[in-house]
Amino acid sequence: MKRLAGFAIFAAVCLLLPVIFPDNYYVTVVGLTIFLNITLAVSLNLLMGYAGQISLGHAAFFGLGAYSSAILTIKYGLNPWLAMILGAVLVICLSYVLSRPILRLKGHYLAMATLGLGIIVHIFFVQADELTGGPDGITGLPTLSLFGVAIDSDIKWYFVLCSYMLLSVLFSLNIADSRAGRALSAVHGSEIAAQMMGIDTAKVKSHIFVFSALMAALAGSLFAHQQDFVSPESFSFFFSIELVTMVVLGGLGSTFGAVLGAFILSILPEVLIVFEDFEVLVFGLILMVIMIFLPEGLFVSLKNRAAMMLSKRGIGS
Amino acid sequence: MRFFKNIVTLLAVFSLAFLSGTSLVQAKDTLKIGSFLAVTGPASFLGDPELKTLQMYIEEINAKGGINGHKIEFVHYDTKGKAKEAKNFVNRLIKKDKVDVIIGGTTSGNSLAVIDIVEKAKVPFISLAGSIKIVEPVKKWVFKTPHTDKMAAEKIFADMKKRGIKKAALITGNGGFDKSGRAQCLALAPKYGIEIVADEKYGNADTDMTTQLTKIRATDAQAIINFGFGKAPAIVAKNIKQLGIKLPVYESHGVASKKFIELAGDAANGIRLPAAALIVADQLPADDPQKKVLLAYKKKYEAKYGPVSTFGGHAYDALFITVEAVKRAGTIDRAKIRDEIEKTHGFVGTGGIFNMSPTDHLGLNLDAFKMIEIQNGNWKLLY
Repeated sequence: MKRLAGFAIFAAVCLLLPVIFPDNYYVTVVGLTIFLNITLAVSLNLLMGYAGQISLGHAAFFGLGAYSSAILTIKYGLNPWLAMILGAVLVICLSYVLSRPILRLKGHYLAMATLGLGIIVHIFFVQADELTGGPDGITGLPTLSLFGVAIDSDIKWYFVLCSYMLLSVLFSLNIADSRAGRALSAVHGSEIAAQMMGIDTAKVKSHIFVFSALMAALAGSLFAHQQDFVSPESFSFFFSIELVTMVVLGGLGSTFGAVLGAFILSILPEVLIVFEDFEVLVFGLILMVIMIFLPEGLFVSLKNRAAMMLSKRGIGS
Repeated sequence: MRFFKNIVTLLAVFSLAFLSGTSLVQAKDTLKIGSFLAVTGPASFLGDPELKTLQMYIEEINAKGGINGHKIEFVHYDTKGKAKEAKNFVNRLIKKDKVDVIIGGTTSGNSLAVIDIVEKAKVPFISLAGSIKIVEPVKKWVFKTPHTDKMAAEKIFADMKKRGIKKAALITGNGGFDKSGRAQCLALAPKYGIEIVADEKYGNADTDMTTQLTKIRATDAQAIINFGFGKAPAIVAKNIKQLGIKLPVYESHGVASKKFIELAGDAANGIRLPAAALIVADQLPADDPQKKVLLAYKKKYEAKYGPVSTFGGHAYDALFITVEAVKRAGTIDRAKIRDEIEKTHGFVGTGGIFNMSPTDHLGLNLDAFKMIEIQNGNWKLLY
């Protein structure tokens, strides 16, 4: 169980925060955004960090989940959970079909293909007015309820989104230490070598792509219900870039790195608001400093340094 | 000793009375006005004058001792025109800053995104955005001051009817304002006996619209309507001139800023648009009730920041409708302020004369729009 000690501490902190600060704006309001971003960053890290496949279109799957929920519940009156499942199925099918041709590409070409995917989906959200409500978006989603309890307050949403986030973190941690995870890092290291070891690299890559998209789609459905509003710009190209930044900032290939990166990128704008006009400048400065001095990402670099210091001390004594 | 004790008691009583007296004067709670505007980003030309107007007048009101002694505390966030940010900031305004009134929501998308939050939290909200969807159907806590796209479309069609135009071509962008305006045009045209013979679209970031305009040239349209804001309409105007299309061109109130004339240059001449009276304030007849208000606002704004636009005027209207409502309510209780905003009657603002009611949370009629033609690079009031 030692393997999951870090996770247990993390989960305990997340679940205790609202009990200690039930009325704190940063916990019950900003916290919701942070959890969603963490989930998305963790899912993207599966693809980027573990399998080494860059994606600049991750927001598209997030958006497809959100819009599926919004459209199916409002226009077709479906049960919210059913709509969520149908949205997930849609994303599974779409990402599976796309994964084979897209993941055959490498490097810049893969980046371009996923970028294109993100932009196409975004244009669809903007232009298909009749279905998506165009740039004004859709509002008026039914309230989600779980075991007969309506999830209608910030604090209830906190626990729902927190649970989903913790599940995705746990899933990601487990994958890393499994056969599939080792196959992924083999693919990351060298595809040819991985093939020589008997790994079906195309299959491995496409599976992780689908998983990652599925996690994002479910997060999208929850996001749509929590915000009670979806509009195209929440799923734009820039959001995809933000997600990539979260993963890189925290440290590629580390689940807790993605968690930390998402946390920092979500909380910073809220804190930096005191700088008003200089907000963006300070924000950029902080990112620059982190990437210059801790190029492997915040979490990974700090962890390595801590490990180094500990081992030095061990030698000294 | 006893005498000394008495003196002390007396002093204590006096000082207490004095202290409580002063605190009574100061204790009048401050009125917290929250605001979320698109001060930067693509809609900054709307949000920037709005913010400046609010800041300028709130400073003035506070310097004069506030509203019935209530000083105004102003909290503002920049949404950059993004609906998601707007939602976050309105949550922040309500849950963290605990504001009494919200004025803002520069773009229709931003305003529509926050309606359910303000309705749930029961905070009066005056929107500064155009779409009619904001107040139709009426929502209890939501008001707005700018003219609607529906009014703009009606004003344009009424003018076409006057000129005997029966067939019109429509060209619109992909923004929220454009799409909403397009829908209103399509819905209202039959009412005025006008046929829409072309319905072309462009992306707001496009730099050339000649393809769409060539298609329009091939139809038998007698006039072109372009619903949009930002730099795209200026490009449309230029392209029309380059293609040598001689048809009358109508723009929406979205281009009612000097910036449009600057961008379009010569091509702007002859274009007609419905707009608030502010941009032609000095051309209004002397007996126009709005003239005094408009000139005062224009003078004050231009002395500090440079040329006015109608968009800052919407913020002026929203702020003073709130101020009047607080004065009448005599308290800063949110529900009472809301009730008084709804009772706004005969308020002379920059956008027109506002008469709100439980069924009308805008309170402007078609007269609030003036038909304007651009002549020699300047606005000319037609009627």
